[in-house]
Amino acid sequence: MTTTLPTSSVEAISAGARKRLAGFARTLRDNGFRIGLAETRDGLAVLASPAAGQPNTLKAALRALFCATHSDWTRFDEIFDAYWLGAGMRSAKTLAGSNALKTRPRSRQLGDFDGAADGLSDKASQGESAVEGSGGKGRRLGATRQETLSATDMRHIVDPDEIAAAHALASRLARAMRARLTRRERSSRRGIRLDLRRTIHRNISRGGVLVDLVFRRRKPKPLRLVVLLDASGSMNLYTAFFVRFIHGVVDAFREAEAFVFHTRLAQVSASLRDRDVARAVDRLSLIAQGVGGGTRIGESLATFNRWHAKRVIHSRTAVMIVSDGYDTGPPEELALEMQRLRRRCRRIIWLNPLIAWRDYAPLARGMQAALPYIDLFAPAHSLDSLAALEPHLARI
Amino acid sequence: MTLAREDLSRRLAEVGYIADRDLATALWLMELLKRPLLLEGEAGVGKTEVGKALAALHGAELIRLQCYEGLDQHAALYEWNYQRQILAIKAREGAGESADAIEEHIFSERYLLERPLLAAIRRISPPVLLIDEVDRADEEFEAFLLEILSDFQVSIPELGVIKATTIPRVVLTSNGSRELSDALRRRCLYHYVDFPDVDREAKIIATRVPQIDVALALQIARMVQAIRKEDLRKQPGVAEALDWATTLAGLDIRDLRQDPETIHETMICLLKTHEDRSRLAREVTDRLLGKVA
Repeated sequence: MTTTLPTSSVEAISAGARKRLAGFARTLRDNGFRIGLAETRDGLAVLASPAAGQPNTLKAALRALFCATHSDWTRFDEIFDAYWLGAGMRSAKTLAGSNALKTRPRSRQLGDFDGAADGLSDKASQGESAVEGSGGKGRRLGATRQETLSATDMRHIVDPDEIAAAHALASRLARAMRARLTRRERSSRRGIRLDLRRTIHRNISRGGVLVDLVFRRRKPKPLRLVVLLDASGSMNLYTAFFVRFIHGVVDAFREAEAFVFHTRLAQVSASLRDRDVARAVDRLSLIAQGVGGGTRIGESLATFNRWHAKRVIHSRTAVMIVSDGYDTGPPEELALEMQRLRRRCRRIIWLNPLIAWRDYAPLARGMQAALPYIDLFAPAHSLDSLAALEPHLARI
Repeated sequence: MTLAREDLSRRLAEVGYIADRDLATALWLMELLKRPLLLEGEAGVGKTEVGKALAALHGAELIRLQCYEGLDQHAALYEWNYQRQILAIKAREGAGESADAIEEHIFSERYLLERPLLAAIRRISPPVLLIDEVDRADEEFEAFLLEILSDFQVSIPELGVIKATTIPRVVLTSNGSRELSDALRRRCLYHYVDFPDVDREAKIIATRVPQIDVALALQIARMVQAIRKEDLRKQPGVAEALDWATTLAGLDIRDLRQDPETIHETMICLLKTHEDRSRLAREVTDRLLGKVA
């Protein structure tokens, strides 16, 4: 659509004002706003209109034009004030902070997550070296080697080469799961509403006499998977593997969301959608490492139910919780939140790496409280056990 | 011609919609730039009402497309009237018409069923097109919608391209049950509709429920505001507040302190789940009443 504004009035804007507006658009872009040329041009039309005279109107008008999401909406005023009314562009950049997010994702996200920024740099270098290993050597391994690897408890894999191979296997597994699940999604039910358009077309060869009837069917919705990964200290030995697995899942499923929690909950889907596997996993491992403190499963679930559930869960959603069930919060809270979650989603799958340990019984109080609401309680200590999940997922 | 922004705000109030300044600006901008407006916000904050008010304001027709899962272009754009077409074929075959003539006839306007999107671009005076709850439709439909909203023309294979005679004013609403695509967001102006503040809500109640006392309207607005601060599964929206106000006015209540028993009973207008109902027990209601009244 083009604006109907006479071009003369747009051209009447001084070069200085144009530059200021272009600078503002750039500042917003730096802060993660998605602004195209069309928006900037319409911004000029706003400047040319009588609204430009009043700062408040101009602000509201540019806000409606440049914002696209609620988070844009909440940050806009600050950036606007800093740019147009305050000390200029530079202060705006530092103010909004999300520019920092783009260039230094680690510190920002880790800081957000638990406020623990110390020890950051050496963790970063650790992550990087681990990823280099997986990218370089993982591809060269033979099939037999993988078989033994996939059955081994992930705790016992210590050799860097083996770790890398296991990581690669985990992401491949997630991809394979997706492919097989989609094939099974075809619906075979006959609809109730006649599709006349198709019926007529099908019967052209019969001289227009309607012999074969075609029915409308509802297209099956793809399964959506929401993963909640426990990244607390007690899960330390396993998180790296699950991070890989989850990256594969988010990448391969058309609809998937991922969250990481230990004492708090953070949504990590966005960082996982990074095409660069190494960078995504690196970033996520850092968030997951956090501080290996106690887990507050109940509280994290409460946050999830309150703020995210409405958006990410629909009737064909499976929620996969990966945790050992050691909760430092009260078990009643966990039970209540599990009950709430149960009502919203289709299935709850709880993967517990400890199940495979000899003599394990789900005695942890948190685990006890959560058990009644779980549809599938399965071990997840090795890659084989993850692969064994697939038929269960297909039935969801 | 485009109205001045202040006029717009005043005229909206005249048709019964009390808008805040930002919304008035967004609507004014919509006129200026001829872009669609995307409204987001909690359920019950009056997003759909904006579309209705806009139609009333311009004296335009309101064409509403309610989105749902599985909505496709045949339900949104156009469909041929197959039953009539088949009848026509049979009747004309009997009369001995040529196949070409029949085809010409059955794929004419007479047999075309207009659905909301096609209707919106074929009116003589520009209507208001309200695309409600666009987040409920599938992603495929969103892409299709995007095409219509940018070109304002529709191609029907049997008839040719139908160009818009007028560009409708388009309002889209979303409850945020699914993320909308960036492309759609970028095409639209954006406004986040929040719950109104106490004064504005009181004004809305007084406008919509004319028989109500101004003092009571203010009390109700305060009470509803306080309830929204409680930890509820479903916060009461403006629509619920209006229901409650109508109920209280119907029961001839002049002051919230007058009859706590009735107040507590009529709260079913505001609280729509069992859990919320039990959370706001008598004592809680009394405490809130004491604070606001």
